[in-house]
Amino acid sequence: MCDTCGCNITSGNAHLVTTGGKHALTEDGKSAITVLKSLLSENDHQALHNREHFDQHSVLAINLMSSPGSGKTALLEATIDALGNELSIGVIEGDLETENDAERIRAKGIPAIQISTGSACHLDAHMVHDALHNIALKDLDIVFVENVGNLVCPASFDLGQHRNVTLLSVTEGDDKPSKYPVIFRAADLVLQTKSDLLTVLDDFDPKKAEQNLRNLASEVPFFQIAARRELELDAWLDWLRNEVKEHLERIARNESIKPAIQPEGAQLHMAEHSHSHSHTQEHVHKE
Amino acid sequence: MHELAICQSLISQVEDIASEHQAKKVISILVQIGPLSGAEAPLIKSAYPIAAAGTVAEQAILEIETMPIRVQCNNCHEETIAKVNRLICGKCGDFHTKLISGDEMLLASLELDNTIH
Repeated sequence: MCDTCGCNITSGNAHLVTTGGKHALTEDGKSAITVLKSLLSENDHQALHNREHFDQHSVLAINLMSSPGSGKTALLEATIDALGNELSIGVIEGDLETENDAERIRAKGIPAIQISTGSACHLDAHMVHDALHNIALKDLDIVFVENVGNLVCPASFDLGQHRNVTLLSVTEGDDKPSKYPVIFRAADLVLQTKSDLLTVLDDFDPKKAEQNLRNLASEVPFFQIAARRELELDAWLDWLRNEVKEHLERIARNESIKPAIQPEGAQLHMAEHSHSHSHTQEHVHKE
Repeated sequence: MHELAICQSLISQVEDIASEHQAKKVISILVQIGPLSGAEAPLIKSAYPIAAAGTVAEQAILEIETMPIRVQCNNCHEETIAKVNRLICGKCGDFHTKLISGDEMLLASLELDNTIH
């Protein structure tokens, strides 16, 4: 049993907690302690708080991940155009430098906060927590977090989002899911972007891309879209509408959700996290 | 990726546990890393001494257990070994599988010295 609640116990390591127990004292005064705690637990803990903030305001939080230039911001622009009258959207942008992406979003009349990470190659839960100070969640239905363009690191850092979406553009190679298994496995939805360029490309096969995704044991939807031409966006928009609806139903049942790929034990932790404690600094979130 | 930050987090947890048990020294630490976790065992090994220097874990032996990638098939229910980017069932080839082991990044256990010095 891990020292908090039993998360991280999986069928693969359960034997460690059944033999000897958590705290076995050996003959010579040494003690062996079974821990089974994630090395990223500090980030995960902050992420849990972020998720609670989102849930308290009935906001669905979606983390967009991809290589740089796959079309995350363009997707958000097209989504705002299509859904802006239906759902209230807010955006947290992550880049090393510039406010360019946040400005593009604000140009659509949508609130956007830019996190400039400097040299950090991914967003983490603490950065998102700080950004949440400056966004009024109570008026929003969805918050998109546009992560730093990077197919490696963002996958490992829980931000407190409910869903992960990974983008793969047709100019990147249909074997990307095989090359970057962690970030593609982490997705609840994979979007093949810039699909209108397929007519001028001879080396990207959508069927292979999807098969490589399936070889990761991923069962998630795979949609081919082209945000700039607003082609085939309906599947994506319907997915979003459905996710918003399902999330409101969950919240009404006092439940939440994490992105689908997670250690099986973490599901337990979600339901049991009810302790209260103070933040290191007193602060109030914008209402 | 970020193995030094991971080691710092590891040392921080180890320090907390040592202090909780009033131990002045950590003898050994067992960490479990799976190939799908995003962390690399050799890089953890090299970052570890840097993070441990000057702490109660300074002389602790770090053991890293590399976890196998095992999947359980939803179709035929067999448990098979898989590869990091080929997680389909080793028996029937179905892709509807569940990862049993392989994405761990855990502080599994540690051994403390509780003797009075």
